[in-house]
Amino acid sequence: MSHSTVESSSRPSRPVRPAPPPSPGHGKTRRSRAPKKKMERQFRGLVSPHTLNTRRGRTIYWIVLVTVVVGFTAIFVFPLYWMVTGALKSSEELATIPPSFFPTSIDWSVYAEAWDQLDLGLFLRNTVIYAVGAWLFTLAIDVTAAYALSKLRPMFGKLILALMLATLMIPPMVILLPAYLTVKDLPILGWNLLNTPWAIWLPAAANGFYIFLLKRFFDSIPRELLEAAEIDGATPFRILWSIVLPVSRPIIGVVSILSVVTVWKDFVWPLLVLPDSDKMSISVGISSLSAQMPQNVLMAALVIASIPAIVVFFIFQRSIMAGLTAGSLKG
Amino acid sequence: MTTMTARGPQRRAPGAVRRGLRRNLTAYGFLCGALICFAFFSWYPMVREFLLSFQKTNFVGPPEYVGLDNFQTVIEDSAFAPAWINTAMFSGLALIVGYAVPFVAAIVLNELRHARAYLRFVVYLPVMLPPAVAVLLFKWFYDPGAGLFNQILGLAHLPALSWLDSTSTALISLVIVSTWMNLGTGTLIYLAALQSIPSELYEAAELDGAGLFKRVWHVTIPQTKLILLVMLLLQIVATMQVFIEPYLLTGGGPENATVTVAYLMYQYAFSFGNFGGGGALGLMLMLVLMVFSAVYLRVSRDNQI
Repeated sequence: MSHSTVESSSRPSRPVRPAPPPSPGHGKTRRSRAPKKKMERQFRGLVSPHTLNTRRGRTIYWIVLVTVVVGFTAIFVFPLYWMVTGALKSSEELATIPPSFFPTSIDWSVYAEAWDQLDLGLFLRNTVIYAVGAWLFTLAIDVTAAYALSKLRPMFGKLILALMLATLMIPPMVILLPAYLTVKDLPILGWNLLNTPWAIWLPAAANGFYIFLLKRFFDSIPRELLEAAEIDGATPFRILWSIVLPVSRPIIGVVSILSVVTVWKDFVWPLLVLPDSDKMSISVGISSLSAQMPQNVLMAALVIASIPAIVVFFIFQRSIMAGLTAGSLKG
Repeated sequence: MTTMTARGPQRRAPGAVRRGLRRNLTAYGFLCGALICFAFFSWYPMVREFLLSFQKTNFVGPPEYVGLDNFQTVIEDSAFAPAWINTAMFSGLALIVGYAVPFVAAIVLNELRHARAYLRFVVYLPVMLPPAVAVLLFKWFYDPGAGLFNQILGLAHLPALSWLDSTSTALISLVIVSTWMNLGTGTLIYLAALQSIPSELYEAAELDGAGLFKRVWHVTIPQTKLILLVMLLLQIVATMQVFIEPYLLTGGGPENATVTVAYLMYQYAFSFGNFGGGGALGLMLMLVLMVFSAVYLRVSRDNQI
């Protein structure tokens, strides 16, 4: 929206094209409307600002707004509220019909009980190890690979990229069994990676989508920048470290968040490759013990398991949503 | 890393061949980690999937080829037909709500001038939860006695349902969890797409006297046609791999009412120890999903998105 003043002459309508990312149509200076505040969104959607300013328009707008806010809260937040308060209730209170909206007595001891009984500390520590390791491997392996494919352009680079992107077309579920068998008995090497963090870390790094995102970003770095460094005698690794990485912070942020969140949320793969109860990730650990737990203890465990995800979301919202749209428009 | 010898300034090789060789070696030095990971954990398993479905794997001796025996075994299984029907039903039902609702939600959200950040945050919250958490939470809601859903039905003076325990409602219960978990993704993607529609189009349509629904029909939908198609294909591929819901909620029951192809594949391998049968099911699922993937590839290439 920075170039809003230049956009005065409305161009003839172009043929229908899919979503040019930075849309120029936002800031328009039309005849009568005085530019009130610079920062205010001059954006319009379906409904024109004019209609919204009529009395009827305003009434409808507020009705819709309130309905949407209440509806979204009921659908998406209320279940979470029910989970948090469910864990504060005693087993007897949980069984009463109709249920109490607010817990009668706030009893945090259920959370402590869940922590001890399910050994959540262990599961959380495991999951952190898996997620952080996967993140480091993903960055180390995929950034270097994307850099090589984008800037060094070796022989067969196009073919390698195509093969990496082809893996995106294979739904993960259908190669679950062969991937499991591979990890169980690594070909040539004969290693068994089951119940080791490597079974999470290395497959997590083999991700065509991250390579694609990184390569696309590296492609946009001007060649002259790198050539200047090359003439000064910088090695390729030095160029990657001192020039490419610093300018690529946004995309590296997106890939980092995606890789951590993916490993954190994953269920099926850790279920298969980490069957030992002291190696389980938090999702698998809780669900394997869920049948023997009283309902309120289980809810407390679920709350504890969701806190890290929600905190991460709260902090990195922007990167997470950027990753989401990057994934949808390309892929 | 050994390939990256420092290049002395005085030793600038005269031959381009030599420089090219060095560049290639360096590049492959950078690529080797990724090549190893992809080879072991993506490419080889893809090949192995084909082999697996024609082999008998018993972990004692080397696998032996058994032709189409595995396919015959799984097709004759009484759960085979229900698995495919349930998978298709699950996918279809998940689309009815999970496809239209996010689009409508995005259109409405796009018009709102208040609480946008809150609504965006809230709609994506369930997506951030580990799926196992969401599924176990809903398992409690589905409890026929003190579960939330029956309580709500009771408050509305409606008859209680048995949710996961009845063949008629079990599958739809799985669809509800799955949709709740994934609604946010579609909504935010559509929202991003809607924000790139030029305002001129709406203004022009309005000057031509198009009402609200006409504007949706003649401007919004044509402008987002492509992303709508892409999301349709991606959602079909994603929902047809449904596993965690039947695994955690029903175990495929009652009476195979919620057994899905992916779940049956898992059962073959890890409950019956028949990896060949599981591989055969996986291969069939892959062939079906590849059709959608191919269409998706075609669409995205033709339109250069």
